[in-house]
Amino acid sequence: MDNTHIKLIDVSKTFDANTAKQVRAVKNVSLSVNRGEIYGIIGFSGAGKSTLVRLINLLERPSSGQVLINGEDLTLLPKKELLKRRKRIGMIFQHFNLMQSRTVEGNITFPLRGQKLSKTEIANRIDSLLKLVGLEDKRDSYPSQLSGGQKQRVGIARALANDPDIILCDEATSALDPQTTGDILSLLKQLNRELNITIVLITHQMSVVKEMCDRVAVMDDGVIIEEDSLYNIFSNSKHEITRKFIDTASNIRAAIELLKTNPSLLGVKKGDIVARIDFNEKSTKEAVISQLSRKHGINISIIFGNVETVGGLPLGTLLVAFKGDEDPVKNAIEDIKSSDIHLEVLDSAGIY
Amino acid sequence: MQAFIEQNLPNVFRTQAELIKSIWQTLEMTTISGLISAGFGIFFGVLLTVCKPEGISPNKLVYQLLDKLINVFRSIPFVILISLLMPLTRLITGTAIGTKGAIFPLIVGTVPFFSRQVNAALEEVDFGTVEAAQSMGFTTPQIIWSVYLREGLAGIVRGSTITIVNLISLTAMAGTVGGGGLGDYALRYGFQRRMYDATLVTVVILLLLVTVIQSLGNAVTRRLNHI
Repeated sequence: MDNTHIKLIDVSKTFDANTAKQVRAVKNVSLSVNRGEIYGIIGFSGAGKSTLVRLINLLERPSSGQVLINGEDLTLLPKKELLKRRKRIGMIFQHFNLMQSRTVEGNITFPLRGQKLSKTEIANRIDSLLKLVGLEDKRDSYPSQLSGGQKQRVGIARALANDPDIILCDEATSALDPQTTGDILSLLKQLNRELNITIVLITHQMSVVKEMCDRVAVMDDGVIIEEDSLYNIFSNSKHEITRKFIDTASNIRAAIELLKTNPSLLGVKKGDIVARIDFNEKSTKEAVISQLSRKHGINISIIFGNVETVGGLPLGTLLVAFKGDEDPVKNAIEDIKSSDIHLEVLDSAGIY
Repeated sequence: MQAFIEQNLPNVFRTQAELIKSIWQTLEMTTISGLISAGFGIFFGVLLTVCKPEGISPNKLVYQLLDKLINVFRSIPFVILISLLMPLTRLITGTAIGTKGAIFPLIVGTVPFFSRQVNAALEEVDFGTVEAAQSMGFTTPQIIWSVYLREGLAGIVRGSTITIVNLISLTAMAGTVGGGGLGDYALRYGFQRRMYDATLVTVVILLLLVTVIQSLGNAVTRRLNHI
């Protein structure tokens, strides 16, 4: 059976087409999301990811291309049918978008309006939803009386009201503090696991992607520049922008910054060659540095090191300084480059 | 009390039957034209909000037409509007004078103002909640009714308060076409016959009326805001 849940085929969206201020927000994007998967789309603001996620439930109608949900092209459906399909796609938002004039209960039951459900059915539904998101005691509160995290929980409960099999998250944790972000992400993960809901999330926070996603697409200027499993993106990314995002989720940026401003603090001297080495699953298990040091008769000092697990697999980053004569150092670097370890010389001139 | 009025406000005392009738006429004009204007104002205010280019149901023709018409009518001073509308008023109500003849121009003078007030209140509604409702598969009429009007209710009440106060001052001007009401009373007795106490009492009554409406409006707005 085909496991594809959401499929975008060559989708583009142009705002103000044929005018001077025409904006091509999404350009020829194709992607597919499997059933039960958590799929992340990461990009800087203005990359077009907000538009892209709205193309999935046709809040934005694509200028061209197809949007398939369960193999059915939403762009071809009459309005009435489209509205029906939308009920099965929950959406949560960065700023929660709750109605101030309704209580928590009113907000959560809002999507059920006009569906001829009996009072007991609605009451049962709200009871289980409140319990699921842990807000049983906030039933009659107004949104203005809730914290950010609680508001997002209401948002999630509301998105679940119609029993969706897809949830779209539009920067769902960007307005929350790190602790609350963690709580909300665990809740989403739980929904994904227990209810087998497919989740598409867009974010500019690599930490969110790292914690949540099975697969990741990196978006820039309306185009998906890279798409892969979470681990491959982290261990073997091909684009500069992707690397920038990955660095935001680790401490390496701070180490590089320190290296630039105060190299002597890290024991780096003039003439040393500083390089960044990224290890993947296989190479983290080998004693690469000491082998290299012995083989070429040079010293390699480790300035910064980080090993973490991404998607359950180990991933390491080292900042090292090669100390020794020019030729053996060059050979050592060539040696690494010819293996499957990623090495990038940060400063070959040796001047910091 | 009666002796006090007779002593200090002799003209008011003598014309008290007229004064009471005027109060009722003012209330009558305000209520009838207010209710009718409310209906049209909400309708046009909603149209302005949803039909604008970035709205949920863009319609350039409706938006442009409505926008321009409102601007035109708002720029005509009410006294002039009354005489401008006279033939039309006569056609619709059968008479262009009296309280009955004042109601049509009052509506025409109020609807553009209130439409703008409603429009402003609905623009205040967080578009995110509208978008959320769209993502839930609601239709445009459903969104107008259960998101825009519901979420914008406090703002609409605030706008209504301003409009009613404004409408009361328009009814005073309607006195110039013999529309009756407090404005007419103050004009005929206070101004033309130099009965200063009549003017004074009219002012006090209007002040009370406006205060009551304003406080009522504020109280309702506060209740609706939940903040």
